[in-house]
Amino acid sequence: MSHAIQDRPLSVAPRRGTLSHARLPRWTPAAVAAGSVLAGVGTGLAAGWHSKVQWGLISALLFVLVTYALTTKVEGSRQAKDRVATSLVWVCFVLAVVPLLSLAWVTVSKGLAVLDGYFLTHSMNGVLDAEAGGGIYHALLGTVEQVGIATLIAAPIGLLTAVYLVEYGGGKLAQAVTFFVDVMTGIPSIVAGLFVLTTWNLTLGFGPSGFAGAMALAILMMPVVVRSTEEMLKLVPNELREASLALGIPKWRTILKVVLPTAIGGITTGVMLAVARITGETAPVLLLVFGTKLINPNPFEGAQSSLPLYVYEQYAVGTDAAVARAWAAALVLIAFVMILNLVARGIARWKAPKTGR
Amino acid sequence: MATTTPELKRSRSAKSATRPGDRIFSGLSRGSGITLLVIMAAIAVFLSYRTVIAISKDSTNFFTTFEWNPAGDPPVFGIAVLAFGTVVSSIVAMVIAVPVAIGIALFISHYAPRRLAKPLAYVVDLLAAVPSIIYGLWGAIFLVPYLAGLNEWLDQYLGWTYVFDKANEGPARSLFTVGILLAIMILPIITNVTREVFLQVPKMHEEAALALGATRWEVIRMSVLPFGRSGIISASMLGLGRALGETMAVAVVLSPSFLISGHLLDPGGGTFAQNIAAKFNEANEYGRDALIASGLVLFAITLLVNGAARWIIGRRKEYSGAAA
Repeated sequence: MSHAIQDRPLSVAPRRGTLSHARLPRWTPAAVAAGSVLAGVGTGLAAGWHSKVQWGLISALLFVLVTYALTTKVEGSRQAKDRVATSLVWVCFVLAVVPLLSLAWVTVSKGLAVLDGYFLTHSMNGVLDAEAGGGIYHALLGTVEQVGIATLIAAPIGLLTAVYLVEYGGGKLAQAVTFFVDVMTGIPSIVAGLFVLTTWNLTLGFGPSGFAGAMALAILMMPVVVRSTEEMLKLVPNELREASLALGIPKWRTILKVVLPTAIGGITTGVMLAVARITGETAPVLLLVFGTKLINPNPFEGAQSSLPLYVYEQYAVGTDAAVARAWAAALVLIAFVMILNLVARGIARWKAPKTGR
Repeated sequence: MATTTPELKRSRSAKSATRPGDRIFSGLSRGSGITLLVIMAAIAVFLSYRTVIAISKDSTNFFTTFEWNPAGDPPVFGIAVLAFGTVVSSIVAMVIAVPVAIGIALFISHYAPRRLAKPLAYVVDLLAAVPSIIYGLWGAIFLVPYLAGLNEWLDQYLGWTYVFDKANEGPARSLFTVGILLAIMILPIITNVTREVFLQVPKMHEEAALALGATRWEVIRMSVLPFGRSGIISASMLGLGRALGETMAVAVVLSPSFLISGHLLDPGGGTFAQNIAAKFNEANEYGRDALIASGLVLFAITLLVNGAARWIIGRRKEYSGAAA
């Protein structure tokens, strides 16, 4: 606590006759902001810079400097530092919002240009790279199947692991599982893809298929499901378990009939968020599912496509029509993921355990 | 009484253990936990096995070679360029993302009006959900041309630093641009974890500081940041783990080359994940092994970074519990 406020001599003495320091009027930050933006734009125009990033940088710098100088003069250096910190925090916030808005705006405006019913219900069969038309039906189908299979694999394993950690755990094994679940959350998706590639494709000799991709996605999904389910199970009050056990109900039935139903809302949310996360994964799909222009409804045989992979392929083709298709597919993908997210959070709120009666 | 109690306990526990339902269910859940461990072990074992095959055929040093030609005769490949690119782009990402993320976390936890704070936290969560390929698409089509002006400017005024000297004319498909894009992508995860930690700061600390007449910034510097330091570190490392392993956004934005250049603004370079995605389709069987070898290195690095992050978080839990 060496930074503690000591009775340093105040840089500015209180005004005579009052107990409070002089304060800048409330509108000062707004005025300084407006002034520095104007100055930034003015310099930018005068120097003929195209990039608005530079205009913004100059404005921000001016704003901070002027605020600091003004506040030091009127209110003292401690207040000045406070104001500078406040404006920096606001700048950080703006810095985060700008790319988000830009991304959303660009995706929606470019995506809507191509997106229509035809686009959703047709594949790329026979469509040349440079010509417009074609659609994402095969990719949608592939994504739904792969993500579905991945969920069928990952959700039960993840759920049971969480049950083990919360209801049975406590030993060395549980500690190891907890640690490795945490570490597993950070596995790069491409490594999960490479793992399935070495085992399923190279060692066991299977070809690319939707199922191979689904296994890699399941590996990415498991730790997320475990973490969220674990959190939810920990929230279930112990009294419920004890009441059930006291009635002579076996532990497994207590878990199935009392603990899990109590936490079901949160668990569903966790699983859906995990689904949303793996829906956008491209790298493992690129390695294992390979991509095709045709509709392949069988996830166990032959190459399939998927939405994120489709976006990548169309971007890589690079013609105007293909890039337009990539944007439209990106819009569908982002809408899919966002809807999953919103519904999941809605369920969490709706099914939240009622605390206190 | 004293003699009967242990007996009673033993008989009860023996009885519950023999219930078939209980045995099956506990076995299943324990088995799932073990499955996860087995998967982790299998990842390490299988990738290592393939890596050994690959490296034994490599005619040069795997760690110091600046070339990637596993199909050549003799095969030549090394990860020096990839390691350099991965580290540099991640450093750029961290330098940008960590301060900004701390700022956003502070904004949400301490500065934003109450009504704004919740929706904001929500928006940050949504940001984390945007698929990386979409960041890549946005980065390649929107960010790259947009950064051209900034690059020129940096070159003009900071060119003397060597790092910002743009020697090669070309689009901004550089490690620097990749770093900026990665920074945007890892912002949400760092923000989320730091925000959680900031919200846990004991209210008494803050109120005590306020009561002594501290300004808001002084409260943050004296009570919030010291309390949250380990949280910030581990959050940053989680973000770093993400940045190191990011594949598609890098693959789409970067124009790869097998050169190490200190000029960050020049197009070129490569990262582990990007190289795997880019080279995979044209690779023969042996080329795949080489890519798997580079994947193992990436796996080991991210494992270390994430493990360290978790270890720091875990350590913090203990002492904050004692202090609270």
